[in-house]
Amino acid sequence: MASITLKDLVKAYGDTEVLHHVEGEISDGEFIVVVGPSGCGKSTLLRMVAGLETVTSGTIRIGDKVVNQLEPADRDIAMVFQNYALYPHMSVRENMAYGLKIRKISKDEIARRVEEAADILELRPYLDRKPRQLSGGQRQRVAMGRAIVRNPQVFLFDEPLSNLDAKLRVQMRLEIRKLQQRLGVTSIYVTHDQVEAMTLGDRLMVLNGGYVEQFGTPIELYDRPATTFVAGFIGSPAMNFLPATVSAGMATLGNGAQLANAGAANGAVTLGVRPEHLLQDDAGPVRVTVELVEQLGANSLLHGKLEGTDIEMVVSQPGHMSAAAGTVMGFAPAAGALHLFHAETGKRIEP
Amino acid sequence: MLKRVHFPRSVLPYLLVAPQILITLVFFIWPASQAVYQSFLIEDAFGLSTEFVWFENFELLVDDELYLQSFGRTIFFSAAVALLSMSAALVLAGFADRVVRGATTYRTLMIWPYAVAPVLAGALWVFMFNPTLGIFPFLLDMVGIDWNHYLNGTHAMMLVIFAAAWKQIAYNFLFYLAAMQSIPRSLIEAAAIDGAGPVRRFIDHIFPLISPTTFFLLVINAVYAFFDTFGIIHAVTQGGPANSTTILVYKVFNDGFVGLDLGGSAAQSVILMVLVIAMTVVQFRYIERKVEY
Repeated sequence: MASITLKDLVKAYGDTEVLHHVEGEISDGEFIVVVGPSGCGKSTLLRMVAGLETVTSGTIRIGDKVVNQLEPADRDIAMVFQNYALYPHMSVRENMAYGLKIRKISKDEIARRVEEAADILELRPYLDRKPRQLSGGQRQRVAMGRAIVRNPQVFLFDEPLSNLDAKLRVQMRLEIRKLQQRLGVTSIYVTHDQVEAMTLGDRLMVLNGGYVEQFGTPIELYDRPATTFVAGFIGSPAMNFLPATVSAGMATLGNGAQLANAGAANGAVTLGVRPEHLLQDDAGPVRVTVELVEQLGANSLLHGKLEGTDIEMVVSQPGHMSAAAGTVMGFAPAAGALHLFHAETGKRIEP
Repeated sequence: MLKRVHFPRSVLPYLLVAPQILITLVFFIWPASQAVYQSFLIEDAFGLSTEFVWFENFELLVDDELYLQSFGRTIFFSAAVALLSMSAALVLAGFADRVVRGATTYRTLMIWPYAVAPVLAGALWVFMFNPTLGIFPFLLDMVGIDWNHYLNGTHAMMLVIFAAAWKQIAYNFLFYLAAMQSIPRSLIEAAAIDGAGPVRRFIDHIFPLISPTTFFLLVINAVYAFFDTFGIIHAVTQGGPANSTTILVYKVFNDGFVGLDLGGSAAQSVILMVLVIAMTVVQFRYIERKVEY
């Protein structure tokens, strides 16, 4: 078991810098999810920790050892790849035993560990099969098994669930979480799926264009997003953003509507409010022209535009509701649910 | 039920395949049938009279000590060529797969020998190993080896094996490199994380995963050593000294065009033909099926 420290980490290919001064402290046994859109550098970050990419500058520490120059094999890590990377010419048993065999662990010990892992992952009936005789979910499990038999200090996951169908993904997500809690191994998990990120991570590192936008618990990210990017990325459906001007605690929207409780900001801001934090109120200041209602059963999603403007809005209301297209409905933001961001930098303005 | 689609009959498809069929007939089927026919004939040395003798030529060959020796020699020769050129190509491809800087240059240089004609390749080696002029005998002399492939049969055999293997390395290299590059990167990375070093990864993963290519190349190289090495042998040793490098295909030429035993030579070429057909059948029937991925 070990903590991981990333200090001023930079990755550049030639003159192009793809990761900019990443900082992060990951404590022992923590489950960290690195999340961001594709091309944001999250896989590169993971591969640097794994030792599959070189570090341009900065340091990576696992435990109290700087691992920058260490080979992947010497870092005491295990990685689960997106395409599983199982050895196609080896049986499930051999796949799981391979890392142990190389480390010259005794045959009895290998057999014991492989069977233990197979029991945890319910793979016992498949031990003598080849990977190509397994389903996607089973292959995924074998990849996990290969990681856990090694009993490493760190687990690295590179979008391990993206090749599975939706139902299996939810199921495996829970299993990975349970397994990690049971084994207590420090883990870094890379994904572009924000639901996966929210449900799995003790803490989330949101990456965008090679910059860390925010690093915190899922609830912190949800309640107090540091930037408009994080605010829009975390939560589904995404947060509504409304340009506004603030003076003396009152925010004025583009259509002239005024909202109170706008905090200490002054001047042009981006006002963010989550769809689920808008409450129906016929006298409410946020008036939406309804275009379409999606009935999801437990709640309903109203898609429309802020009255008199072209700003798209989504409102989530509990239970069933229906409204004809063109109806104008009034909403008021819940107390403390308004987020203010700097209009240009997109940085959060604390109330 | 599916309906079969019928197209109107047309001469166009026949016209389109006609050139290929014509070439096959003129350059393959006809000479092959001539060889089969000739193998049933015995002709006197002056070409004045010909006698149809059925299988007598083949019977003579089976009893011919020299032919059987040549047969054994050919098998040794082609095994040695295949082994040498394939293992060299494998090692080189293994390195090429890992090279980062100058990879294109390295690969291009690797492929050059394949563009050299067999006779020229032979000539090159003749010069390098010429006992009086060559650089290698000079160097070998320093370590106490008296190289003379004009007198020493073993030396001669080694030389043609080297020359033939060298020329085939480029071809094998291409196939091995392509096979290695089709292995998913993440697989090798997974092995690296599992703790396997480069050599271990090569033995445990890369080599087993490219085994279909190895089987394919084995047949191709055997066929190459059996047939395409004529030019090299003709240029380097002319089958000598004392027949020590006379492999079957060279013996066909030697007996037929030098010894003027056209019937016996034709019988030998028919046997070679049967061999290559057998190897091709093995290739398609058994090896292609064993491919595992």
